Amino acid sequence: MNDLSHKVLDILLKDCRTPLEDISVMLGEDSVKIAEAIDKLQKDGVILKYAPVINWDKTDRQFVEAIIEVKVTPQKEEGFDSIAKQIYQYEEVRSVFLVSGMYDLLILAEAPTLKELALFVSEKLSVIDFVTATSTSFVLKRYKQDGVIFEIPTRDKRLLVSP
Amino acid sequence: MSERFINPNILHLPQSGIRKFFNVAQEIPNVISLGIGEPDFVTPYPIRRRAIDSLLDGETQYTENAGLFPLREEIAYYLKTRFGLEYNPKTEVVVTVGASEAIDIVLRATLSPGDEVILQDPGYVSYAPCVMMTGAVPVPVITRSDNEFQLTAADIEGKITDKTRAILLSYPNNPTGSILSLECMQDIAELAIKHDLLIISDEIYNELVYDGNTQPSFAGLDGMWDRCVTINGFSKAFAMTGQRVGYLCAPKGIAEQALKIHQYTILCACRTSQAAAIAALKYGRETEYKDVIMMRESYDRRRRLMHSALVNMGLSCIEPKGAFYAFPSVESTGLSSEEFCERLLKEEAVVCVPGSAFGPGGERHIRCCYATDIDKMKEAFLRMNRFIQRLKEE
Repeated sequence: MNDLSHKVLDILLKDCRTPLEDISVMLGEDSVKIAEAIDKLQKDGVILKYAPVINWDKTDRQFVEAIIEVKVTPQKEEGFDSIAKQIYQYEEVRSVFLVSGMYDLLILAEAPTLKELALFVSEKLSVIDFVTATSTSFVLKRYKQDGVIFEIPTRDKRLLVSP
Repeated sequence: MSERFINPNILHLPQSGIRKFFNVAQEIPNVISLGIGEPDFVTPYPIRRRAIDSLLDGETQYTENAGLFPLREEIAYYLKTRFGLEYNPKTEVVVTVGASEAIDIVLRATLSPGDEVILQDPGYVSYAPCVMMTGAVPVPVITRSDNEFQLTAADIEGKITDKTRAILLSYPNNPTGSILSLECMQDIAELAIKHDLLIISDEIYNELVYDGNTQPSFAGLDGMWDRCVTINGFSKAFAMTGQRVGYLCAPKGIAEQALKIHQYTILCACRTSQAAAIAALKYGRETEYKDVIMMRESYDRRRRLMHSALVNMGLSCIEPKGAFYAFPSVESTGLSSEEFCERLLKEEAVVCVPGSAFGPGGERHIRCCYATDIDKMKEAFLRMNRFIQRLKEE
């Protein structure tokens, strides 16, 4: 990936609504070139989606989130991949990571109610072949996500005019 | 009246042209300010953390007058590796309360009443008053947009008299955003040698230069080290304005005289801020100044955005090459810089600083700071554009 693509990604990461013309001005590059770079990033599967970071606490949406550590027995030739695939098919699962440490897969899951999330763990996740143990931690509060700090006052602390 | 108690030298000091705008702007709702002269980043976390730890560790005492020795060592190392300057941390570095104090004490240490100092005009607001407070006389040399606001030896030479003692200048420049070419610097250096002048070089913005350019230091030019004072600080490159740490570096004979003033008036810079400053340089060194580079890249993008917007709204503006200011001309509107800024503030709630606040040479220009949130900046451009279109219809 070239330097321009990295710079474009950096701008989109900060605000994916940044207009093409602005990116072009900011990087001092022709807008056609920027458009091509973005197109390539999308086609190559580098940019998968443009999505907002939402502070759900400020909405009336009720749901429960959990971080679930999962221990599995890796399968011959497939390692952890096929188990991970089975797990990420469930709509409750938001993210799945293969991690180092005491367990193997780390799952972020959510459901409308505590009961539904509990059922997901006990009836869907735990019963998958080769899953040997799970440990569920419920999310109580979100402080920072995707580089965004929640609940911080954004007031500019600078004087309005200074030399 | 109590004025009779006041030193006439101070009484006649002009009020800052910026203060007036501050008072008005505070009263206006939804105001967007392009009139700020500091970074919009908070000091990087490891630096703030060190300041807190320093307090918790009970580091609450005075330091050496010249500043904590490890800080002076870090400063010497930083200047050597980043800008090729050699200073002895024991005798040639003085840590001050911001670069502002460094300017004050250097001027006081070197000037006598009646001496003359060459200043670039437009230039930073405190240079002329600081010169005047010593009883010396500021001699402005106008820089022009058609020469990208560069100070030239030819313009200076016409102003030199037998009373001229020093040239005080700052590139990258506040308010014009210009840098000074090596060629111009060498001509000025030659002139300084010819007339035996001191160069006081305020290099506070020297990390903020764009497009792969750099701003060399005066003290690094051939034959200049001996007649040069280098002033710098942590405010701009490390986003530490409120912590007030700066420094001056100069040959021992000058540094120790400036230190006397510092010692009798300040004693030492704030210890907590000095601890933070050590962390800034150490952390910078260990991470190859990644935060400085990140901030510079962020300013660079906004610099291009602002320059393009200003030109698109019909203002002529040289491309800023350093610091975080654009300095467009408002001559086409027929308004003075102050009228333009006053009306823009009252009619569209956007703050810009009139160029005249930086000296007569800044007239017909305004200073716009791009260390401003992109969304706010774009809203400000919409408002400015609306204002300029309205002016055309008047």
